Amino acid sequence: MNRSELISRIFVITGIILAIGAPLVFWTRTPLIHARMAENGGWNPDVIEAEVGKPLQLKITSDDVVHGFAVGQMDMQNVDVLPGKVTDVTLNFDKPGIYTFYCTRWCGLNHWRMRGTIEVSGSSSDPELVSPPIYVSLGLDLDAPHGAPVLPQQVPSAIRGQQLSIQFPITTYQFLNYYRSSSPYQAFTDLSNTTLTESQRWDVVAYTWQSNTTTESLANGKQLYAQNCAACHGENGAGDGVFADDLATAGESSMQTMEGATKMMMQSPVDFTDPRRMLGANPALLQGKILRGGMGTGMPMWGSIFTDEQIWDLISYIYSFQFEYK
Amino acid sequence: MAKVELTHIPFIKNALKSRYPQLAVFIMMLVGYIFAILAGLIGTPVGSHNFSIVFVWIAWWAILILVAVPFFGRGWCAVCPIPLPGEWLQRGAVLSPPDKSPKWLNLRVPKMFRNIWLQNISFLLLALFSSVLLTTPNITGIVLAAMLFAAIGLSAIFERRAFCRYLCPVGGFIGLYSQTAPIELRIKDKQVCVTCEGKPCYNGSSAGYGCPWDVFPGGLTKNTYCGLCMECIRTCPHDNIAVNLRPFSADLAKPSTRMDEAFKAFIMLGSAMIYAGVLLGPWGAFKDAAYNVGTSAWFIYAVIFLTIIFVILPGFFTLGILKTKSALPLKQRFASLATALIPLGLMFWVAFSLSFVLTNASYILAALSDPLGLGWNLFGTANAAWQPMLTAILAPAQTLALVGGLIWSARTAQKAANKEKVSSIQVIIYSLIVTSIMLWLLL
Repeated sequence: MNRSELISRIFVITGIILAIGAPLVFWTRTPLIHARMAENGGWNPDVIEAEVGKPLQLKITSDDVVHGFAVGQMDMQNVDVLPGKVTDVTLNFDKPGIYTFYCTRWCGLNHWRMRGTIEVSGSSSDPELVSPPIYVSLGLDLDAPHGAPVLPQQVPSAIRGQQLSIQFPITTYQFLNYYRSSSPYQAFTDLSNTTLTESQRWDVVAYTWQSNTTTESLANGKQLYAQNCAACHGENGAGDGVFADDLATAGESSMQTMEGATKMMMQSPVDFTDPRRMLGANPALLQGKILRGGMGTGMPMWGSIFTDEQIWDLISYIYSFQFEYK
Repeated sequence: MAKVELTHIPFIKNALKSRYPQLAVFIMMLVGYIFAILAGLIGTPVGSHNFSIVFVWIAWWAILILVAVPFFGRGWCAVCPIPLPGEWLQRGAVLSPPDKSPKWLNLRVPKMFRNIWLQNISFLLLALFSSVLLTTPNITGIVLAAMLFAAIGLSAIFERRAFCRYLCPVGGFIGLYSQTAPIELRIKDKQVCVTCEGKPCYNGSSAGYGCPWDVFPGGLTKNTYCGLCMECIRTCPHDNIAVNLRPFSADLAKPSTRMDEAFKAFIMLGSAMIYAGVLLGPWGAFKDAAYNVGTSAWFIYAVIFLTIIFVILPGFFTLGILKTKSALPLKQRFASLATALIPLGLMFWVAFSLSFVLTNASYILAALSDPLGLGWNLFGTANAAWQPMLTAILAPAQTLALVGGLIWSARTAQKAANKEKVSSIQVIIYSLIVTSIMLWLLL
């Protein structure tokens, strides 16, 4: 073989090796978290390991549409994950445990299924005692019917209720424990020993519910609702979110298969403007439904994502679909 | 305009005769091609940000159809990396003069395949899947790799560049349209070839290989099957090969009588029109049907696609020329007059490509900086926003291309008709109708 042929072959082989090797090396050295619509697999990987006190640097990319990334129960800014782009996120964990990361953009009908976990190992200097949620201690059956048998003729007004409360002290009803464990209908019934008319009793109930929240809580609840709930339950709580029709259609076919494994019933989202359903539900029940999710429905569990405070804020806001607050 | 022999210029002649400049380009192209395969397979699945999609279907296509084919004919084939690994393995060398004994089977391609029907089929196969192919990086990666391996496989079995000549899905239309290009490779003096012993340009010699495209340069009258590989410039012992600058569409004065080439003209004309309607048009149902490969909607789309190309377009063309007074058989008239559709088809493709290339060209900047979608920013352009380019001149440029194509086609029809001693009016009316449809589809 002459010299020029040898050199040519070296160049050719080097070029081929570089063309194959370089992308493979860079590709294997850049672990990406891929976001895909749940129908196409969701997060990959969907389990990430981390250590307490050691920054977790993630590179996230979307393989299809715009997604978002956030970690539940963590004080962090949601980040957008754009198709074909890489978003860098650095997380710091000070407590061990299993954290849930999830999509924050309404990417598709099964958007809420886009979840994964970060398993954080290590020790915590400040172990926390965990107490069971109220619905557990109250022994509530989250799936039992809870319709209110009597409904107000007009939207109960907290403003009118506040004026009435001057004449009829309602301190008992304003205790947090009472509020959280009683449905509006229960409070309405408890007020039956007063001389108030039915309409006035509903107004006092509205005031009671308002006095158990704050403007900040309502605002926070509204924001959480808009980001996480409105896609299905609708911006105005009427169960008519952008995915509602698709969920109903999917529900008609009754069973939907995800990844060939889990079959689950899809139902139309709950209508929060329905007074029968909402006035018969106490905050503890709603907390349970949010924490656990709707068994056998499309309602996901939010217990691993929202903090207790966020859930109570959300519940306050959901009741605002029934009451006229000031 | 008279021909100008470019190889008369020493710099050009030396650059073409030497193997090194070509080899350098080959290596770069092969590296780029393999990188595109890898990018398609392991890069981001988002087509608009993947090197394989952006550089193959936007950048390469733009260069090919807007520059290379119209101005350099088979200029792309001269630097195409697809046949190289197969050819090098076939020869057992990258650069050295040929060995006496062939390395592999070296069979002759069977006569029934020595036409461009296989290329017509391979193009149509890609065309029918194009909505998925053009947007899905891993499919693009697989197709690019398949072409590379098909070329290697054919080189192992058959002599010369069987893949380029008989199977390459783009080679067929490049050859067809290269007849319009102002570049040609021809012999200088026919008598020299007649008396040349051994015909090393075709059979090879110690100076180089026999024509990889299975063409005897001494008989070259058209660009269609000359791949501009420049091997004959190296092997000709009489310095009788020239690369000339010539008037546009010089080859069209010699109409073809081959049905495979005539149908190629219809395939390209029809594909451009269907693409304009499906990819650029406002009809979502067509887009969905084209994209959802394997569904019943896609099968209907495929049937419509093939019916337009093989029945409607040639059918109306045949009806048009049926009544023309001529002693020539209809088949010959059909093939000969279809020559007029070559410049028209080319300009259809130019007009169609202008639209999606200018719309999507800004993706090139982002993909250049982050070709695999790994979050790189090599040239600081990774976050370049998508921005359609030159939108103000798009419609005028497309109109100009189509009207220019129509005039060019009419002129070609007249020449072909004069040669065959028939009227050209039917072909001109046909061209006018399809151009009007294309204008409507694009604008």
